[in-house]
Amino acid sequence: MEISVTVNGETRSGDVEPRTLLVYWLRDDLRLTGTNVGCDTSSCGACTVHVNGESVKSCTMLAVQADGEDILTIEGLAPSDDELHPMQESFRQNHGLQCGYCTPGMVMAAVSLLEENPDPSEREVRLGLEGNLCRCTGYHNIVKSVLACAAGETSD
Amino acid sequence: MIPAAFDYARAGSAQEAIALLGEHGDEAKLLAGGHSLLPMMKLRLAVPSVVVDIGRVTDLSYINDGGDHIAIGALTRHRALETSDLLAAECPLLGHVAGEVGDPQVRHRGTIGGSLAHSDPASDLPAAVLALGGTLVAQGPNGSREITAGDFFTGYFESALADDEMLTEIRVPKAPGDGWNYQKFNRRAQDWAIVGVAAVKVNGGTNVALVNMGSTPLRAGAVEAALAGGASAADAAEQAAEGTEAPTDLNATPDYRNHLARVLTRRALEAAGVS
Repeated sequence: MEISVTVNGETRSGDVEPRTLLVYWLRDDLRLTGTNVGCDTSSCGACTVHVNGESVKSCTMLAVQADGEDILTIEGLAPSDDELHPMQESFRQNHGLQCGYCTPGMVMAAVSLLEENPDPSEREVRLGLEGNLCRCTGYHNIVKSVLACAAGETSD
Repeated sequence: MIPAAFDYARAGSAQEAIALLGEHGDEAKLLAGGHSLLPMMKLRLAVPSVVVDIGRVTDLSYINDGGDHIAIGALTRHRALETSDLLAAECPLLGHVAGEVGDPQVRHRGTIGGSLAHSDPASDLPAAVLALGGTLVAQGPNGSREITAGDFFTGYFESALADDEMLTEIRVPKAPGDGWNYQKFNRRAQDWAIVGVAAVKVNGGTNVALVNMGSTPLRAGAVEAALAGGASAADAAEQAAEGTEAPTDLNATPDYRNHLARVLTRRALEAAGVS
C-alpha cells in the first residue's frame, strides 16, 4: 500500500505491506536508525517517536496507520547539525545516559512529557517516563536531565 | 515480531466499517488505537485476515454532557479522558482510571471503545464502566442497540458485540464528588493490575467492580448487597472474592488474588467515603 507521511518535516512516500510496523519502515526503508527497537512488545519505549506531537511506541503502530500523519523522530529533534535540542543537551550535561540504547526513546518521551506538563515534579517525571525502560537502571540522571531541562538550567 | 499478513481496509465512517465487517465476517478485526490488537497479532494470538482501520473515524471522538449522563465516543483516546474537564467534574472515576492505563505512549493511542471491545478482564476501563453501570451503544447493519455494561462482557476476551457490530458510544451516569476510588495493585510500572477494584457511589448506591478476578470484569455483588444491608465497609469487603474465579498466573495464585480483592475493596470503599 502506498503511504505518504511527513517525517521530520519532509514528505516521505513508500509502498509498504500492511503489516509493516512503523518502526521498521522508519529504520529499514527510510534508514532513520536513531529510533531503536528494544522489546518489540510496547513495554520498553526505546522506539518512541512523536505522532502529531505526541509520544507513541512505533513498534505498536502500523506504517499504514501513519499515512498522512506528522512523525518526528530523534533525527528531527535538533534545530540544526551544530545544535542539540535542549532536552538532548540536558541529557548530555547531566549524564542522562549510560549505554545509550534507551536514550532516543527517553528523549522523545521526555520532550512529549514537557509539552503536556512544562513544570513537572520529580514524581510526575518518573510517572511520565513510566513507559520507558533503562536497563542500565540509570534513571536517577535521566530524571535529573528532564527536571533540569524543564527548569531551563541547561547551559549553552 | 511482525504480525502475520493481512489485508488492510480503512473505514471513513462507522457505516463503512460495519459494511466491511458484514463483508468479511469473523475473519475481520476492527483496529482502533491498536494497543491491544497489534500486540496480540504479533504473538499470533489474533490472526485476522482483514484489518479494518477505524482510527480515522474522528466523529466518534468526543466527550459530551448528555444531561443525566456523559456520552463518550468509542474512539476517544485514554489521554482525552484523562485530561477531560467534563469528566473531572461529572465522572472523575472514569477520567482517573483512564490515566492508570498502561503508560503515556499507550494512552496517546489507546481508545475507550477499543479497550471495552477487547474485553480483557485485566484491563482498567472495563471495570470502571461496569462499576458505573454504564451503557454501551453498538451499531450494526440494521441500526443501533444499547447494551448494559453488565450484559456486555460475556467471557474471556469476549463481548456481546456481533461480528458485524461496532461499539460507537459509551454512556456513563454522572457521579460527581469524592465518592469514588480505584485501587490498582501491580508489581511493576505500566503493568496490568494483578487485582484492581473500582468503587463508586452512584444513583443512591455504592457499586464495586473487580479487575482480573475472573474471565470477565466482575461486579462484587456480595459486597454491594452487604453495604445495601447496612454492613460496614470493612465487613462488606470481606466478601469481595465471593462468586469470583480468580485466575492463576506467574504473578499470583487464586488465594492471593482473593486476599488482594478483600484488602483492596476495603481500601477503595474507605477512600470513597463508605465507612
